[in-house]
Amino acid sequence: MRYILRKLGFYVVALWAALTLNFAIPRLMPGNPVDIMLAKLQQRGGVVTPATRKAYTLLLGGDSTGSLWSQYVSYLKNLAHGDLGVSVSYYPAKVSDVIMQSLPWTLVLVGVATVIAALLGVLLGAVVGWKPGTWLDSLVPATTLMAAVPYFWLALILAYVLARVLGWFPLQGGYDVVLDAGWNGPFIASAIQHGVLPALTIVLASIGGWLMGMRNMMVSTLSEDYVLTADAKGLSPMKILRSYAARNAVLPSVAGFAISLGFVVSGSVITEQVFSYPGIGGRLLGAVTNNDYALMQGLFLFITLGVLGANLVVDLLYGLIDPRTRARS
Amino acid sequence: MTNVTAQTQPAAAELTGPAAEPDGPGTRARPGWRSLLPTMTPWLAIGLGLVIVITLFGILGPLLVGDPQRIRDQGLTGPSAQFWLGTTQTGQDVFAQLAFATRGSLEIGAIVGVIATALSGFFGIYGAYRGGVVDEAFSLFSNVALVIPGLPLIIVISGFVPRESRGLWTIALVLAVTSWAASARVLRAQTLSVRHRDYVAASRASGEKPWRVIVVEILPNLLPVIASQFVFAVIAAILGEAGLAFIGLGASNSSTLGTMLFYAQNGFALSLGAWWWFVPPGLMIALFGMGLSLINFSIDEIINPKLKNLRRHRRLAKRAARLERELTRRGAAQEADR
Repeated sequence: MRYILRKLGFYVVALWAALTLNFAIPRLMPGNPVDIMLAKLQQRGGVVTPATRKAYTLLLGGDSTGSLWSQYVSYLKNLAHGDLGVSVSYYPAKVSDVIMQSLPWTLVLVGVATVIAALLGVLLGAVVGWKPGTWLDSLVPATTLMAAVPYFWLALILAYVLARVLGWFPLQGGYDVVLDAGWNGPFIASAIQHGVLPALTIVLASIGGWLMGMRNMMVSTLSEDYVLTADAKGLSPMKILRSYAARNAVLPSVAGFAISLGFVVSGSVITEQVFSYPGIGGRLLGAVTNNDYALMQGLFLFITLGVLGANLVVDLLYGLIDPRTRARS
Repeated sequence: MTNVTAQTQPAAAELTGPAAEPDGPGTRARPGWRSLLPTMTPWLAIGLGLVIVITLFGILGPLLVGDPQRIRDQGLTGPSAQFWLGTTQTGQDVFAQLAFATRGSLEIGAIVGVIATALSGFFGIYGAYRGGVVDEAFSLFSNVALVIPGLPLIIVISGFVPRESRGLWTIALVLAVTSWAASARVLRAQTLSVRHRDYVAASRASGEKPWRVIVVEILPNLLPVIASQFVFAVIAAILGEAGLAFIGLGASNSSTLGTMLFYAQNGFALSLGAWWWFVPPGLMIALFGMGLSLINFSIDEIINPKLKNLRRHRRLAKRAARLERELTRRGAAQEADR
């Protein structure tokens, strides 16, 4: 129980930090959104009057009249009501609606790809680490190449080979635009077909990290006394591998989920851009190019919330599978 | 790069020296400082080779190639004798661009690596050394910084910085500030294990100043870990900058491998099939990252003795097996002679 409370407390602090960061960034940065947009307007030959400035200020919701503290309080109050403001680039849609529209795409893509990469990587790592020193094991350092490949470049290569040269998958988009969006067969099939390349990119780019971590832990675990004991008892190697070595070796991989998820989310943001995928990442970049500050902040908040939530779940799960963490705290 | 070269160059000398791989029974024990160096393996050799060659290419390449921005009327030609990696849409020499871009990316990597390592050292080592409330606060701070996803944060920050003031150092600073947390956690764990050793206590009891205890007593124990974290930071920085530049949010006045890919993507290199334009920059990043990771792989064996002993055991086991085979063969031959 104390373990759970501690974890919850930590995530409350992390959540507060993220919210405050989101509040502070626009106010700390040298650029003022209104100034940037007015400069863009001027470049296109527009005339800037005080009235235009006021209109833009109101449009962006940049109410900078009150004190910093009252701004902060009203910011938190708006968030509590789920009010993230109005998107400029999808005007007059609300930011929360735009996010809700693109959220399922990213959630499914990143979720499925991460689970596949983690499972495959851990399994392969366990097999490779079980017999250290074989030819298979000596190939492990080669996976560092996969880990060092930039996500978006891998995406470009895959798109070039599989979509352009071989023509197996569509090059861009999340679904065939002539189909009706909804829960019907052709649409789902098209969505899956469009999702294969982005998912493959994420899996290929992130599997190396899982494999390496699991392999190293497996090697360390094999020299533990309980593995030796199990061996001496005459248990079959498969049973030792499954019930003794792999189970203990997988713990750091689970605990390291936080760091890997951050990387995967970061990578998928740019991957979505390459494939013009209609998810959160594509929207975020669109918001940056269109100076849609409300949408930008809303998206950042949602991504952070998603990562925090996933980490909380993994942490609670970790407490369940490793009793030592509960005993210590 | 100072840490890595300091760590690895003597190892390279060791390979060429007559006493490479002193193994077998009866060899003298390696001197203490040598146990801080990775053992030479083929993978480490490949890693060092990749890093050295690419670094040299980044330093010397720009001096030897022509102007990367010069526009010619030979747009989008494949690799040829004149242009080793072909030309871009506007007839710019891809090879020349690659040389300058490699230099730009290495610069970013080195700057961010140093800043991020310094930050993680401060929050990780200093916090763990002081202990108590300072440690709790620093540790909480780095854990929070760790779970907040880096790239979306960088994108939002870059979105608020006007294009004119988005220079090389701004980008480097933003990258460093968002990437130090993971290694701070590693360094904290290591420092905690060193902090209570007797010689540290003795040094403190004899009234040494805190910074001296940290630098002289604790830091040498952490050197391999710091080197490994530095290498990670460099890889992460080069990858992060490439991603940022690829979506058009990089430093406005620099040319890096990411900006090259940005121009390739916006020049429709993919749909025009100009592979020579978008393959080399990414491959350069991947190979450099692989080289650094391979070096890290070897540093890992110093940090984790279980991995180190593994190779020695494997070698001994192999020799034993060979000996056994030899004996049985000899036995069989004697049988046949009889």
